[in-house]
Amino acid sequence: MASEPLNLSVNGRPHRVVDALPGESLLFVLRERLGLAGSKNACEEGECGSCTVRVDGRLVCSCLVLAAATDGSEVTTIEGLGSDSSGAGLADVQQAFLDAGAVQCGFCTPGLLMAVDQLLDDDPAPDDLTVREAISGNLCRCTGYGRILEAVDLAAARRGSSDDSQ
Amino acid sequence: MSGVDAIVDVEVGRVGMDAPASRIGDDAPRPDGVPKVTGDFAFSSDLWHDRMLWGGTLRSPHPSAVIRHLDVGPALALAGVYAALTHEDVPGSSTYGLERADQPVLADGVVRYEGEPVAIVAADHPATARRALDAIVVEYEPIEALVNSELAEASEPIHPDGNVFRRIHLRHGDQTVVGRSDLVSVEGIYEVGMQDQAFLGPESGMAVPDGDGGVDLHVATQWLHADRDQVAACLGLPSDRVRLSLAGVGGAFGAREDLSLHVHLCLLALRTGRPVKMSYSREESFHGHVHRHPARMWYRHYANSVGDLVRVEAHLLFDGGAYASTSSAVLANATCFSTGPYRVPSAEVEGVAVRTNNPPCGAMRGFGAVQTCFAHEAQMDLLADALGMDPVALRRRNALATGDVLITGQRVTGSLPVVEVLDACAGHPSAAVRPEEPMARPGGAGRTADADHVVRGEAVALGFKNLMFSEGFDDSSEARCEIRDGVVTITSACAEVGQGFVTLVRQIVGEVLGTSEVVLEPASTVGIGSAGSTSASRQTWMSGGAVQLACEAARSDLLTRIAGDYEVPADDLSLVDGQVTGLPDGYSPSLTEATGEPVVASVVHRHAPTVPLDSDGQGDAHVSFAVSAHRAIVDVDPDLGLVRVVELTTAQDVGRILNPRQAVGQLEGGAAQGVGLAVMEEVQVEGGRIRNASFTDYLIPTALDMPPVEIAALVEQPEPGAPFGAKGIGESPTISSTPAVVGAIRSATGLALPRVPVRPEDIALADRDPVKSSPEVAA
Repeated sequence: MASEPLNLSVNGRPHRVVDALPGESLLFVLRERLGLAGSKNACEEGECGSCTVRVDGRLVCSCLVLAAATDGSEVTTIEGLGSDSSGAGLADVQQAFLDAGAVQCGFCTPGLLMAVDQLLDDDPAPDDLTVREAISGNLCRCTGYGRILEAVDLAAARRGSSDDSQ
Repeated sequence: MSGVDAIVDVEVGRVGMDAPASRIGDDAPRPDGVPKVTGDFAFSSDLWHDRMLWGGTLRSPHPSAVIRHLDVGPALALAGVYAALTHEDVPGSSTYGLERADQPVLADGVVRYEGEPVAIVAADHPATARRALDAIVVEYEPIEALVNSELAEASEPIHPDGNVFRRIHLRHGDQTVVGRSDLVSVEGIYEVGMQDQAFLGPESGMAVPDGDGGVDLHVATQWLHADRDQVAACLGLPSDRVRLSLAGVGGAFGAREDLSLHVHLCLLALRTGRPVKMSYSREESFHGHVHRHPARMWYRHYANSVGDLVRVEAHLLFDGGAYASTSSAVLANATCFSTGPYRVPSAEVEGVAVRTNNPPCGAMRGFGAVQTCFAHEAQMDLLADALGMDPVALRRRNALATGDVLITGQRVTGSLPVVEVLDACAGHPSAAVRPEEPMARPGGAGRTADADHVVRGEAVALGFKNLMFSEGFDDSSEARCEIRDGVVTITSACAEVGQGFVTLVRQIVGEVLGTSEVVLEPASTVGIGSAGSTSASRQTWMSGGAVQLACEAARSDLLTRIAGDYEVPADDLSLVDGQVTGLPDGYSPSLTEATGEPVVASVVHRHAPTVPLDSDGQGDAHVSFAVSAHRAIVDVDPDLGLVRVVELTTAQDVGRILNPRQAVGQLEGGAAQGVGLAVMEEVQVEGGRIRNASFTDYLIPTALDMPPVEIAALVEQPEPGAPFGAKGIGESPTISSTPAVVGAIRSATGLALPRVPVRPEDIALADRDPVKSSPEVAA
């Protein structure tokens, strides 16, 4: 009982999914049908943020989005966050997470990186409470968030200084 | 390898020769950091095979029932279903367990907790697997569940092994001091709710049949070899036919010390002849692993009029749930550390861990010491109040130190800087300010507290725990070091669960062998002995020590060989920055030149032996000890019952810091789990049923809930016998943070708050003692 073929663009590459069941989430299609396992499944109900991706520029929990609803959409996942269009090279937020020690088990990391990247796009110099609120939909069980907040500060500072130099 | 695509051979740790070697004490970066930020790191739920089936588990909806009828036929009749198995399909041991094999692989006629596995299926799609589970016919006859731990001992046994997992009756010192009229005493009853480890990466894995009757299991776990032995016993296979490999672990915190889906996956793979993957949903995960034991604890402390502790009496009742797991060891820790890091010359502590029809409980970060720390620190504050003493001064006056005797009769021979961590923490200046923004008040964005009603409180607490396994357990870790063509290959079965062992390996190799050319083999049960569990704050000491010793042995063998070749004393030679020095004529070959013929050394590392507790709970049962201090500052809206933890300050006994950045991560992350237990985290169990098995209803701290964690001091007093003098640091932060937060809420509200987590109703609806009902409104 496969649904209509699904056409969507993920990280700039077109995909045609022909065998998805109607109820499959975007997360399931990304992970199990397109082999993009970087988006994680940890709660299935939009509470933990591990599955965060962008759909047409908006941050969503991909576990809550029906794949069928993304037909014709442009999806960006952690695999597409890299600093150039091929996905190679680390984005500034990725490098900042490494430099600040924000990664432990790493399961929440892809979703957090998507959220932080969006935050800094929207607000290049967020204050502490703004950052905390922006990532409060992304649960992390290892770090207590201290190094993650440090990483956000680091990435914001680096974006700011690279903007200044241009 | 079995053709499992997503088990990526990322050469973690392999860097070029031009990179400087990491050393002990460096902020060395995680070698798995890059794949973790790019999404390339393969967690156990990411495993994929083009022929794989999806497994599913049918679980009991009843906490206690007899199974009258079980029929998997209707599931097998569905298209796309390849297997549906019950207890009759378990070829080997029908039960398993870490301490005793009392837990059925699949229920055989009776279920003892809600969520107990009854049947398993393999199907072509997760949705097919779910339909197959729905199609299985089970007739249950519910029987009254034993859910009150206080009734367990006197109730009919709910398991052939009885309802008591363990009783420890600890007696220490002069037992006749009770009744002395010159003593001040305080008494309290305390309760700790059931906490979940709430790792983010769900239980998951893949079993791949080898076509020859054996099986490869790729799974997220804390202890590969203990899993392997239990799985092999249940499959009825010799242990070399069952090979476990560590799949990427999304956090553990104790919840992966027991088996979960391991045997089920292997049964399904062997039955279908195909790779089978399973990944629990969050709801299933809450039912699929053990939790922190709920505890009820009665305490009475006696002190003389100047504040010297004279005696402590306690009764500890730990609810182990339906199966044993590690209840016995948890209870031992709770009992041994029940009085905290204080000199207590006389003690009588009775600890009991019982079986009920509640969810099984076992290991979680802090392992028994968390529960009793909440109680003994509340008692210390009560005692200070009764004596009219400053609570920090009372703690300092009674603080244990090296040379003192514990209530188990064991003398502390290693480092134990209790006064140092207490003074550093309590004396650290606070950076906490009164927040202007409503968002920063109790309740945050949702239920913003009125600024005029917010009261502030502050408290300090100490935590105390053993490091490594205790009571005579033969605890070991094996590591192998091979140096070939200048590349150091380390093999260890140590489970990396996020703590940073993979980083430490590179630092140890850099320190001992002076090179950054390091390959850490994937952890597995093949070709290497057990590394023991990634728990009990033990892997840095045990497996770090094994790696250190293996590297030193390889270096020694290499230098001995070269010394023989050049007919010089081996003692003249050394290995400095990747070069052999000390040879005649200034000749100094590189490690690459020197190891064209490889050297290999394997070491099994053991810590100093311990002994079991005797019938009075006495004995040198522990290897080493660690202490931590937390100071919490909280804002409370007493009318709404809302709490915001404004600031946490900590000082910790660390022995020696090996990687400052990773250490900070442990201190912050551990404290977050303690904050969670203090004010929000509880697996709510009613009538044996979990009421909040989701991340919507089981709350863990978010970035808005966690305060900044100020590290006042990492107290470095190297531990004798520990590799590099380092103590395990992962558990302590979770132990003392909870009582500090609750102590601060007590100081803000004047309420007794004898139970964690402290819920809004515990504050807002509390009967306020008129004497204490006027907490000072902070300016």
